[in-house]
Amino acid sequence: MIRFLCLGLWRDRSRSLFPLLTVVFGVLLTVLMFSWIKGVEDNFLSTGARLGSGHLAVMSRAYAAEAEQLPNDLALTGVNGLLERLGREFPALQWTPRIRFAGLIDIPDEKGETRTQGPVGGMAFDLFSASSPEPGILNLEPALISGSLPRKRGEILLSHAFASRLGVAPGDTATLIAGTMYGSMATANFTIVGTFRFGAPAMDRGTMIIDIADARAALDMDDAAGEIVGFFRSGFYDRKTADTEAGRFNAMYASSPDPFAPQMDTLLHLSGMSQMLGWMDAMLGAVVAIFLTTMFIVLWNTGLMGNIRRYGEIGVRLALGETKGGVYRSMIGEAAVVGLVGSLIGTALGLALGYYGQRHGFELESMMRNASMLMTTRLHTRVTGTAYFIGFIPGLAATVLGAATAGRAIYKRQTSRLLKELEA
Amino acid sequence: MKKPAALFLPFIGLALAVGALLPGAQAANAEGILKKIDENRVSGNKVIISEMIIHGRRGSRTLRVKSWIQGTDKSFSEYLDPPRERGTKMLKLGDQLWTYYPASDRIILIAGHMLRQSVMGSDLSYEDMLEDPTLLGNHVATINGEETLLERPCWLMSLEAKKADAAYPQRRIWVDRERYTILKEERFARSGKLLKITTVESVRRLGGRWVPDRARFKDALSEGEGTEFVIRDIEFDAAIPDILFSKASLKK
Repeated sequence: MIRFLCLGLWRDRSRSLFPLLTVVFGVLLTVLMFSWIKGVEDNFLSTGARLGSGHLAVMSRAYAAEAEQLPNDLALTGVNGLLERLGREFPALQWTPRIRFAGLIDIPDEKGETRTQGPVGGMAFDLFSASSPEPGILNLEPALISGSLPRKRGEILLSHAFASRLGVAPGDTATLIAGTMYGSMATANFTIVGTFRFGAPAMDRGTMIIDIADARAALDMDDAAGEIVGFFRSGFYDRKTADTEAGRFNAMYASSPDPFAPQMDTLLHLSGMSQMLGWMDAMLGAVVAIFLTTMFIVLWNTGLMGNIRRYGEIGVRLALGETKGGVYRSMIGEAAVVGLVGSLIGTALGLALGYYGQRHGFELESMMRNASMLMTTRLHTRVTGTAYFIGFIPGLAATVLGAATAGRAIYKRQTSRLLKELEA
Repeated sequence: MKKPAALFLPFIGLALAVGALLPGAQAANAEGILKKIDENRVSGNKVIISEMIIHGRRGSRTLRVKSWIQGTDKSFSEYLDPPRERGTKMLKLGDQLWTYYPASDRIILIAGHMLRQSVMGSDLSYEDMLEDPTLLGNHVATINGEETLLERPCWLMSLEAKKADAAYPQRRIWVDRERYTILKEERFARSGKLLKITTVESVRRLGGRWVPDRARFKDALSEGEGTEFVIRDIEFDAAIPDILFSKASLKK
């Protein structure tokens, strides 16, 4: 029977080609869209963790409440002791202090007067400690555009676009003007040794990278840090474990009324990423629903058209004694074959494009020039196990549902009128 | 319009405000009162040693500063304590302000959005320091009534800035009716939102003048208990060499 249906579909292309193309296209788009959204999620998570607040971040309660303003006057103190405790009690993660700050970079002329200056976002990492995980996490080398990485205290990197705007190059001196932990304005001279581009517009517009010891000296933050960030040793963000560890840490300080007591938060919760990922999941669901509905309507319409075109054939089959149920089931069978083949082809093509995007990525710099989110402009898709059936099932279901709906017309045919209809 | 500086003095531009003169004739109207306040504030040369006690969310810290002031336009200040701030200098010439930081050996012009920054973590901004301290001519004043502050009878007055781009379009001041010193000042945004409050806590007779020697300046938009200014020493009509009011003296 299946062979019979397949032969019918193969020999009568008008019966199968259009529905097949519809299913292939719909399934392909669903698979590709799913892989794309998963890739964007990955980009958010990996870039946010690497250049932002790690997989987990510890900061003071007061700092956390105003974290977007980088309130270093509310920073954590006693950081060395806290780092030791975190290392001992939360060994699944690597812990390291970070300081983020805002200020001005002032470039002096030969007389020491201001030649040019611009606002800068500073990021202080532990670049030189022997036990620091930062060099491996940041992986600065590939981002370097000119010069070299800092090798000793007093050396900084500037984002390439920022350095170009200021007209400075490696070897030049820059003065940082920023507020200290106690609110005073402070200045410190540094040597620019290199420029970088992460491919993340939010970081590339005006950022300096500095060793945390230099930042502490400049900002009067001895044994202090804006946050202590943690990275899973596996390198991957584990949502469930992150929530558990944060809960465990916060329980230790639950009874403390101190507004400067440390609190731990997860990558997803920080910067509203949790909300964003929820929104993206909802969007993915909507995309699948829209494709399913569209395919269903198109295939229903195709079924109706097919019924009109095959009006005579169905009439003859009924006149020859085939039951209405038999005809109905055979049409659904045909649809199932079309849906199966179309979904297979669509899934295969979607996966192929998904894997291509996963390997090579797509450069979207021109579209993301003003993006404020911490993500890179080269976006990669990510093919997961779900991608293998996310389009397949809706493709098959829509085809069968479309045929089943359209095929109901068979039951409206009256056997007593068949011969008259055939004569006409 | 009167700044905390005017009310009080200590610090660079702030210090420009020194001096409430002894009681003069009762002013007949609001303009007359402003004129008296301005006359009291503007004295010749002054050298002041003051303390700024900053009450932040994490505790308090005290800065000591020496200021040399000439009229309302020129002042030079040097921080004496704490050690981290020692040697930091500020020079105000008219509406320009330079700072010198020994750590970087750089002279930086405070301009643009830096003017909105806090001075040494206090509740005072650089913009506050640079304001023209003259009340008469810059404001339209109205007397709203009388109140008692620090056991002194005061006029309660409203001031509207004449300049559209004034940092504080509206103010309320409490003026000692006999000494013509401002004992309290509230500064408002155009919307009517309260931005800054200055409260004089003590007035002393120094060098033949009534001088508010302890005041508290509070940024109404921030937490904390504000910043106290305390005058430890003041010398009127001091001899100050002109060369001090130059950028060259910042690095000396």
